[in-house]
Amino acid sequence: MSLLGLDAVEKSFPLLLHGALVTIEVTAMALVLGALAGLLGGLARVSPLMPLRGLAAAYVSVIRGTPFIVQLFFVYYAFPQVGLQVPPMVAAVGCLAVYSGAYQTEIVRGAIESIERGQVEAARSLGLSTAQAMRYVVLPQAFLRMLPPLGNEFVALTKNSALVSLVTVQELLLSAQLIISATFQNFAVYLTIGVMYYVITSVVSTGTQLLERRLKVYV
Amino acid sequence: MMDERNGAPIIEARGLRKSFGPHEVLKGVDLSIARGEVLAIIGPSGSGKSTLLRCLNLLERPTAGEVWFEGARINDPGVDVNRVRTRMGMVFQLFNLFPHLTVIDNVTLAQEKVLHISRQEAEARAQALLAKVGLAAKEHAYPNSLSGGQKQRVAIARALALRPAVMLFDEPTSALDPEMVQEVLATMDELVQEGMTMAVVTHEMGFARRAAGRIVFVDEGRIVADAPPERFFSAPESERVRQFLEKIPT
Ligand SMILES: Nc1ncnc2c1ncn2[C@@H]1O[C@H](COP(=O)(O)OP(=O)(O)O)[C@@H](O)[C@H]1O
Ligand SMILES: [Mg+2]
Repeated sequence: MSLLGLDAVEKSFPLLLHGALVTIEVTAMALVLGALAGLLGGLARVSPLMPLRGLAAAYVSVIRGTPFIVQLFFVYYAFPQVGLQVPPMVAAVGCLAVYSGAYQTEIVRGAIESIERGQVEAARSLGLSTAQAMRYVVLPQAFLRMLPPLGNEFVALTKNSALVSLVTVQELLLSAQLIISATFQNFAVYLTIGVMYYVITSVVSTGTQLLERRLKVYV
Repeated sequence: MMDERNGAPIIEARGLRKSFGPHEVLKGVDLSIARGEVLAIIGPSGSGKSTLLRCLNLLERPTAGEVWFEGARINDPGVDVNRVRTRMGMVFQLFNLFPHLTVIDNVTLAQEKVLHISRQEAEARAQALLAKVGLAAKEHAYPNSLSGGQKQRVAIARALALRPAVMLFDEPTSALDPEMVQEVLATMDELVQEGMTMAVVTHEMGFARRAAGRIVFVDEGRIVADAPPERFFSAPESERVRQFLEKIPT
């Protein structure tokens, strides 16, 4: 057993567990903020107002066109140079949310655009305003179509959260690395956190699938 | 001069034009519908019938010309289009029911959100209308569990829920299996009996003949014939109408 270093894992398990909690915390906050960014971004993408559409398109294009790690380092290391100190946790959650929000923007836009034109026309013919048609007719239907790709995006976000270890947020990966530097048990520790990540992503994807099944009553 | 109450137009289009890009679909249409009148609009596919109907409730913005409704010009920037639309019910070829809402919620949505009628009152009205179209038992069903004919009857109830002054129908039976056409036409016949003002784009010549007070024939974006059914069918005004009628069983 000790050959694989499982005893090292056992002893430092509280530290790993704490790291996992930080991972969950970072991911959950980024998920909520990212979903908000995605909703606003998606609505902006389909807005009749050209400047809004352009702004949202630029956001998506820039964020998706640059590496996440560069965005994170830019905020964490470059902002202080112009007098803006960003605490590690804020940089981590903020960057993950902005990054995921860009992908969620496209998911929201795609789902909204997939709703048949006749739905909005029927709503408008009944006197609903553009905003009401969006709120009561398009978005509820679009939400169901968003869920599968959103589930994937949430899983991707969870996995990307490992990268914030690079700005000293002591989440699961950084906790693991600290333990390894003291015990040299690469095999056992990486195996353990691999399992832990897998459990977390499984909960996230199962959760969205359950939600989808519950909301699907009308299809 | 027509009598103010009976003959006065409730809707009137004057010099109506509509282009999509370079393609002019309506090329100057003058049309008026009197209160209580049932107007059938027929014509070949692609001639602009749907566009004409959709210009009347401003689902399409006319490129030129005027639309008048209940004594006011409505294609004017100052007009509250949403208010106007509550006075005009529209029924679509493909029903366009809201699939995520139950049948009764389809009928209450606009009552509550647009007219701000209480839930209780909106439900009562919806139940009465669903009973009228023969679907009282389906109030808690979702649209996707209904047949095409049932869907269209719900769509009619949904449009009637706002107590519109006019009903616009765009080929309401064209997407239906033959055995379901009659149940929808029967519902429409009932509305005719009640004196509802209606404009109906249709290929159902039987319905046009028995229900319409007037038939207009649209061809290439223009109204080329406008006559009561007897005259329309027995002595067509134009060669285009004659050709069209020859191809359609009446
Ligand atoms: N939203 C639109 N954009 C571009 N062209 C359209 C649009 N709606 C209708 N058209 C065109 O206008 C013409 C008339 O269409 P429509 O009014 O639907 O005819 P009908 O209902 O008589 O079959 C057709 O050539 C159609 O392709
Ligand atoms: Mg049509």
